[in-house]
Amino acid sequence: MYENLETAENPDNLKRVVIDPVSRVEGHGKVTLLLDENNKVKQARLHIVEFRGFERFIQGRPYWELPVLVQRLCGICPVSHHLAAAKAIDQLVGVDPENLPPAADKLRRLLHFGQVMQSHSLHFFHLSSPDLLFGFESDISKRHILAVLEAHPDIGLQGVKLRKFGQEVIRMVSGKRIHGTGAIAGGMNKALTKAERDYLKADVEQMITWADAAVALIKKVHCSNLPYYDDFGTIATNYLSLNKPNGALELYHGGIRVKDPQGKTLLEGFDYCDYNKIIHEEVRPWTYMKFPYLTDIGKEDGWYRVGPLARINNCDFIDTPLAEKARVEFKQHGGGQAMVHSTLAFHWTRLIEVLHCAESIKQLLDDPDILDSSNLVAQGEKRFSGVGVIEAPRGTLFHHYEVDDNDIVTKANLIVSTTSNNMGMNESVRQVAAEYLSGQELTEPLLNNLEVAIRAYDPCLSCATHAVGKMPLQVELVNAEGDLINKVMKHSDGQLEKLI
Amino acid sequence: MNKAILIFGYGNLSRGDDALAPLLLEKIEAEIDVNKVEILTDFQLQIEHALDLEDRQLVLFVDASVACESAFDFCELQPSRDKSYTTHAMSPASVLQVYQSIKKTAPPPCFLLSIQGLSFELGESLTTQAQQNLQQALEFTEQLLKHPELKYWQAQVTGSA
Repeated sequence: MYENLETAENPDNLKRVVIDPVSRVEGHGKVTLLLDENNKVKQARLHIVEFRGFERFIQGRPYWELPVLVQRLCGICPVSHHLAAAKAIDQLVGVDPENLPPAADKLRRLLHFGQVMQSHSLHFFHLSSPDLLFGFESDISKRHILAVLEAHPDIGLQGVKLRKFGQEVIRMVSGKRIHGTGAIAGGMNKALTKAERDYLKADVEQMITWADAAVALIKKVHCSNLPYYDDFGTIATNYLSLNKPNGALELYHGGIRVKDPQGKTLLEGFDYCDYNKIIHEEVRPWTYMKFPYLTDIGKEDGWYRVGPLARINNCDFIDTPLAEKARVEFKQHGGGQAMVHSTLAFHWTRLIEVLHCAESIKQLLDDPDILDSSNLVAQGEKRFSGVGVIEAPRGTLFHHYEVDDNDIVTKANLIVSTTSNNMGMNESVRQVAAEYLSGQELTEPLLNNLEVAIRAYDPCLSCATHAVGKMPLQVELVNAEGDLINKVMKHSDGQLEKLI
Repeated sequence: MNKAILIFGYGNLSRGDDALAPLLLEKIEAEIDVNKVEILTDFQLQIEHALDLEDRQLVLFVDASVACESAFDFCELQPSRDKSYTTHAMSPASVLQVYQSIKKTAPPPCFLLSIQGLSFELGESLTTQAQQNLQQALEFTEQLLKHPELKYWQAQVTGSA
């Protein structure tokens, strides 16, 4: 591991390089490097603007507003927050997951598969494929979805349409592209109509074919330079995910499974309602972002990674045939080791999940329960605390609410997947800095390697705000005396301006 | 077949002045001819929105903007490979470029109405200034919809993209 690069011994005597913000991720993140006079990296950190205000945003609201309200926390995975909130408020009305009406359970799963599919497709085709197809240090003008569309029009178009299909699944199930009210306390507010079902069925086979081709593409890219891909940003870690009771991959509901770096199971089928008995969050003075860890193992070694790599590492099998075949091939590529630790393997596992989502959507569209509007909502006895956990595209997402006698939320706690991956991203940045940058003259293509490592996690660093004219990139080079000697600004339109 | 005119507003209702575009759409919805005008909204622009431009005669994008120096700006858009890849969101000009790349033809005439916003924090409501800007932008949009002709829209342009 590379914890020795978290804090340098004599930071005042070192050169400082800043990548601010990290590009092609959601929100604002910044990397700082401290270099000695020989450009040896002495300290590397990823700083993230914390999700401050989430809890305050939720507290004081009536619980039934939450599934709609929390969608506004994030423009990338609003449906994940919607469903985690719905699962939590199910408990507030006394409905446990096993008591949800079958039609409601299946409609929520359909909604979730659409969300994971569109989010993963966006990440791979739009944000990462330029690096993967043209090279991490390729000309900056090429690292763009439009360059992919020009050089590989079929791949680019398939990416656009896979993403669109996932969005259409969301629209059909929840009634709107965004701000839909699909899930409500204890169930769903509508079933699919036959026309909506048939609209989606018309395209689903094509989506499975394209998703299968995307898995083949990433396998080819990864295996074409196997030692490099298996080493870049790679760290051996614990992994946390939900799993089905039979050990299958699970995205919507299951028990918590934790495996250690050697593949030994540390937790199996753990009830996520007791999450705060196994997970604590450490605060460090140099960042707003917390560092979650498994209490039993401790701060030093108890941190873990979540997301597609964790899920594929942790599961025993996938219950759709093409995705299972892809999983087996993925595990075999590393020589059959129990766990794959390659950070770039996040991309491969992400596309296996896209394939699983497409296959699962097809299965659900063939299930008559999704058309059954006769029993969509269950009821039970009021409770004062509810926990909803879901496997969001970027990893395990926790929502925990407490309400008073008037059904007003008095306490809220969220652990979002990017927080769980905070230590992993920092360690990957340090690995890349130490192995690929240290001792070299830093250039923009070299610095992009750091962003590639972060981007593999598909972090969602803030929420759905945007404004024309914001989000420039600024890189500063400061010499050992602390003087600013080089400063370049990248404006929101992509234009580079040398300021010093 | 898509409706001839598309109004596409993007922003987050719970992010202060970022709500300007969705709020404008809410206000304009009651006034539109539903046979000719379609209203779509999303948090931010993305690649698949290029497909929403198909078969349109006029497209109006609406967004909040901190770069706007007056209450609102109105400009005609051209496809542009502007490298706007610093976040998951794309610029409208890039969306037009995606359309051109995948359809192998020029996009329909597209315009951007940028409404000046000042504060974008989670849980905030519109600032007083933004409320005033919204009213002016609303009156301007009503005029555009009364004259759904390319030449009229081009004559209203206040600046360049």
